Amino acid sequence: MALLQRVAEQGRRVVHFTLDGRPAEALEGDTVLTAMLTNGERLRRSEFAGSPRAGFCLMGACQDCWVRTEEGERLRACGSFIADGMRLLSEGEWGGGLSGEGSS
Amino acid sequence: MGRRIERGGVVVTAELPTAKLPTAELPPVIVGAGPAGIRAAERLVAAGLRPVVVDEAARWGGQIYRQPPEAGGPGGGFTRPKSALYGFEAGKADAVHRAMAAIRDRVDYRPRTLAWNCEAGALDLLCDGESLVQPFSRLILATGATDRVLPFPGWTLPGVFTLGGSQVALKFQGCAVGRRVAFLGTGPLLYLVAYQYLKAGVEVAGVFDTTPFAVQARAMAGMLRDPSTLAKGLLFVGWLRAHGVPVHNGVRPLRAEGTERVEALAWRYADGREHRVSCDAVAFGLGLRSETQLADLAGCRFRFDAADRAWLPERDGAGRSSVAGVYLAGDGGGIAGADAAELAGERAAFALLEDLGRPVDAARVRELDRRLGGIATFRRSLNAAFPFPADWAATVADDTMICRCEGVTAGALRGVARSGQAREINRAKALTRTGMGRCQGRMCGATAAELLAQALGTGPDGVGRLRAQPPIKPLPVAATPSPLAGARSGREVA
Ligand SMILES: Cc1cc2nc3c(=O)[nH]c(=O)nc-3n(C[C@H](O)[C@H](O)[C@H](O)COP(=O)(O)OP(=O)(O)OC[C@H]3O[C@@H](n4cnc5c(N)ncnc54)[C@H](O)[C@@H]3O)c2cc1C
Ligand code: FES
Repeated sequence: MALLQRVAEQGRRVVHFTLDGRPAEALEGDTVLTAMLTNGERLRRSEFAGSPRAGFCLMGACQDCWVRTEEGERLRACGSFIADGMRLLSEGEWGGGLSGEGSS
Repeated sequence: MGRRIERGGVVVTAELPTAKLPTAELPPVIVGAGPAGIRAAERLVAAGLRPVVVDEAARWGGQIYRQPPEAGGPGGGFTRPKSALYGFEAGKADAVHRAMAAIRDRVDYRPRTLAWNCEAGALDLLCDGESLVQPFSRLILATGATDRVLPFPGWTLPGVFTLGGSQVALKFQGCAVGRRVAFLGTGPLLYLVAYQYLKAGVEVAGVFDTTPFAVQARAMAGMLRDPSTLAKGLLFVGWLRAHGVPVHNGVRPLRAEGTERVEALAWRYADGREHRVSCDAVAFGLGLRSETQLADLAGCRFRFDAADRAWLPERDGAGRSSVAGVYLAGDGGGIAGADAAELAGERAAFALLEDLGRPVDAARVRELDRRLGGIATFRRSLNAAFPFPADWAATVADDTMICRCEGVTAGALRGVARSGQAREINRAKALTRTGMGRCQGRMCGATAAELLAQALGTGPDGVGRLRAQPPIKPLPVAATPSPLAGARSGREVA
């Protein structure tokens, strides 16, 4: 079930992306974080006992919202906007953002 | 095309200014386009200067007056009016937004641009993956603040968000962080955001304030001096109670429960009685902490501020730091709220103009000084009404994760203190990695200082100050870490 709940601004254009390979929908102007958490419950699993993470500050301070794309790109989910065709991953354990980690 | 250079221990390909301008001709640079930065820019423009205004965000407004993403494309964008977004503050938000719009073509505005380092009279900027070295002779830092937090078991679970973050979700994205949200912590934002959620139709499971009721009631008396703010505070609390929202005072969290996401919040009163409330989200914050990293890298002298319980860059009443040509304005120099930020931004711009030998409007400067003085009094009463829970650190269990980035536990930090290995925060950081991760101590800094101080039997002023390191936020892969940098800072940047 989704973590974030839409309560306003629902008249925006629909954007299509994939989450862990499955088709998903978001709205134009959503951050990657909003897109993922209105479709799921986490952004990634951390390297610490595989515990799920879903961001914390939503304003670029905590750096706990780094996510990966299928292409291996890393995005800070609260500061990036969703776009048509993005292929995002919430599976797999990694530390988020730092070089080397989780790329295997 | 840029040149490969090393800046702050990071190798970047950066655009360098081609011809070296005489220092006097460099435009003033402002970091931050919130209320402080915008009012500073406005005043500099009025004096005929063309400041560079840098902000990481895509639109101006800062935290409190943050604007939703630009309406775009077919299907329409964000449509809520300012009255819905900013409530009582809509008029002020609109005035600040308009002030920036009015000077838009007379400032060199750089949105989506992070200032990630400051050294030798130049800032390092990163915009859309491109690095740029921006030299300055005058710099106004208006970098604002983010939530101050302390850890509790379960605080990394999906569904636990900061109070500010919960407000960002609503204001900036039209989303609630859950269906049934518990509000935990202290400070004016606690009641404000709970009120905003309730108004947006979200169920509020309760407000859990760490401040005892008697303390708050006593402090409210001091706030009577500012009737508008008091009225607002009372309105929020009154509205919440009238809508059946339980408001608990003198609370300490026990844990956020759940495995994959939050299912409940367990808490206790000071007397030990334990309670549990079911919820699918916790919005959490203990006031705000200033963004001071750039001031640190610019070489500003810091002092411990007892009111903010934090190390802050020294500034005089006008906003001058200890470094000539570097000014501080707004919450980035100490927490005083949005109205003060506007005044301080304008005041810092006047200081800059005075230092350039330009004429200034002395009557306006006196007026600003008078109003900033009044706000200092109000700030003291706010701190009294929502005090930092100083006993919290002592109660954090050893197995609680205090650092979200590096997974460090409270026990590990206490360990290096008790064994005598670390009597100072930067040493504790080197030994445990607390504060060394991606957030650079923004989330764990307060905790580390409190824990270390408590373990050493001193105060948070007695354990030193966590030093900032470039890049102050992680850079995307385009900027590659220097082999030297890894060795020097003991961490990698991506
Ligand atoms: C979510 C939230 C809600 C708040 N609500 C209220 C409220 O209702 N009432 C109130 O009085 N106060 C509120 N505050 C406190 C708030 O910080 C101040 O009131 C006000 O926003 C301070 O203005 P400022 O200009 O100092 O900083 P801010 O408004 O925080 O603006 C700082 C700007 O600097 C930018 N910035 C910072 N560092 C960098 C960098 N390195 N590179 C590039 N850009 C950078 C940020 O992107 C931001 O836009 C709130 C704070 C938060 C976090
Ligand atoms: S959620 Fe904190 S940086 Fe994105």
